[in-house]
Amino acid sequence: MTAPLLEVSGLRVRLPSRTGAMLPAVDGVDLTVHAGEVLGVAGESGSGKTMTALATLGLLPHGARTDGSIRLAGRELLTLSDKQLRSVRGREVAMVAQDPRTALHPMLSIERQLTEHLRHHHGVGRKAARDEAADLLDQVRIPDPRAALARYPHEFSGGMRQRIAIASALAARPSLLIADEPTTALDVTVQAGILRLLDRLRRERGLAVLIITHDLGVLSSIADRLVVMYAGRVVESGTTADVLASARHPYTHGLLDALPEGGSAAMRPIPGSPPALGAVPSGCPFHPRCASARDTCAADVPALLQIAPGRLSACPVDPYAPVREVVS
Amino acid sequence: MSILTATGVEVTYPGSGRPVRAVAGVDLAVEPGEVLGLVGESGCGKSSLARALVGLVAPTAGTVVFDSQPVEALRRRARPVAQRRLQMVFQDPYSSLNARRRVGDQIADALRLAGGGGRRRAPAAVGALLERVGLDPAMQTRYPHEFSGGQRQRVAVARALAADPSVIVADEPISALDASAQAQVANLLVGLARTEGVAVVFISHDLAIVRQVADRTAVMYLGTVVEVGPTATLWEDPQHPYTRALIDAVPTPDGSGRLPADLPGDVPDPAAPPSGCRFHPRCPLVTPDCSSWEPVLRVQEPGHAAACILAPDRGAPDRSTTGVPS
Repeated sequence: MTAPLLEVSGLRVRLPSRTGAMLPAVDGVDLTVHAGEVLGVAGESGSGKTMTALATLGLLPHGARTDGSIRLAGRELLTLSDKQLRSVRGREVAMVAQDPRTALHPMLSIERQLTEHLRHHHGVGRKAARDEAADLLDQVRIPDPRAALARYPHEFSGGMRQRIAIASALAARPSLLIADEPTTALDVTVQAGILRLLDRLRRERGLAVLIITHDLGVLSSIADRLVVMYAGRVVESGTTADVLASARHPYTHGLLDALPEGGSAAMRPIPGSPPALGAVPSGCPFHPRCASARDTCAADVPALLQIAPGRLSACPVDPYAPVREVVS
Repeated sequence: MSILTATGVEVTYPGSGRPVRAVAGVDLAVEPGEVLGLVGESGCGKSSLARALVGLVAPTAGTVVFDSQPVEALRRRARPVAQRRLQMVFQDPYSSLNARRRVGDQIADALRLAGGGGRRRAPAAVGALLERVGLDPAMQTRYPHEFSGGQRQRVAVARALAADPSVIVADEPISALDASAQAQVANLLVGLARTEGVAVVFISHDLAIVRQVADRTAVMYLGTVVEVGPTATLWEDPQHPYTRALIDAVPTPDGSGRLPADLPGDVPDPAAPPSGCRFHPRCPLVTPDCSSWEPVLRVQEPGHAAACILAPDRGAPDRSTTGVPS
């Protein structure tokens, strides 16, 4: 197997609280994304999904401390200077955030926002850059792309702005796209179009995608592998098909049970709420909400262990392990 | 008898150019104790319709009747007594609650407005309301920021319950929440309908949730209802191509790796709707007649109606199909 494009290992992010204490938001996360692969990161708010993404981009809030290693195409990002990181963000990694209102500059034309990267980072001429930008707008299905280039963000609907934000992220010709809840605010019809676009880009261009969302339906349709996070840690990972069809960690099970299935079965929410920053329970952070918890769960932080080839889970109780045939 | 009825409701906003007809003639009836789902893409007019249903905007045409009384558009004063039992829950509990007041005080205000006794009895009554939405009564002394998103939305529901509502119109009540909190709030609203007979109009762009919670579903497109019927029927056997397209666009969390089907194009500008069937420019089954003939809702089977040239009237076999061009 070739070396991964993105390799995050032992990532820890601590954020300063109001009193100055450093609170762990990401607590030892390992993940890899290969070229042309879509890795999905699932979990509730506060699970550390977004902080993991922001750390990869070097865009953590002021005062945050990062430990561990983030390597992009073999190059360590955590030791780069701000200037070097800016260059990486411009050329190699791009991000699409949830809110299309903040991703685009309201005072700049769409053309300026889509061609800036190409002209500054790739030295493309004005006309060629405009052609490429129009082509990108066409790919994200903005009607009449040439005319759209001369317009400003407020002239577009929320769904169109999000598609333009995606076009602007892709305009830098990144090898890795980090998409944080890219379709959560959108209609299912627009969402379907964007998922198809991302799928095409990874197949045609070998784009690697790290997609973060709490929507397991979205991840099911596009992600090759899944990482489920809770309270700053990875609790389960594996291929999307394996994790969704035979989830092993009680938290993953809880997320699936909370989904509507159709028919009359009620959605079963996970009791309680995810822990707040700095108030992570002892032992397994999920134990206060877990129906399978035992006394030992409050004591020891469970290790993320291999349970099958390519499958990791951090639950020593493992209540959803497949029943083994008992040979007598 | 229906508890809430909209007849020929239109909502028009004056635009900078042409006026925008956000709701272009909707008939809808809500029965006591039912959950009516209202779905459609952004810009389809579902929020404008919701606002017209509770009197937050005045319809430019048509009427809304609640509990046999016409709903008057709200002015700056409090909701008229006749409409107190018609309540609304908004998408964003961050902005629908006052961030600087304790949640108990905000619920107590609602109780006072509803005529639920004086100041002294408030804490117990507020506590009881919080318990009804699954929160600890002791939480009434807290401020909104001390709650999680799902808990805050439950506080908003508790405040609506203070008026002892017979109808709650909930506009995207769960779309700002995590999956687990979504299930909690959706289950809470459905529970109110099932156990207390409160009718719930559940507006959402998330079809999977609506499929789960709604007894009946109405699908809106560009200001009109294009299909309405029992949720199970609508989902299994949709008669309108738009309903079909919406359903096919929902990704399923089964790990199959199947990409959801795409519906090209955007909802057109409601200030300049397409001629004939409003969906025809995006419709995969478009016929030559669709651009000239505007379909009306026609009965498919009892309680199920669709507005499509391909869905002829099946409700009254003895009557010739009305409105089809010869």
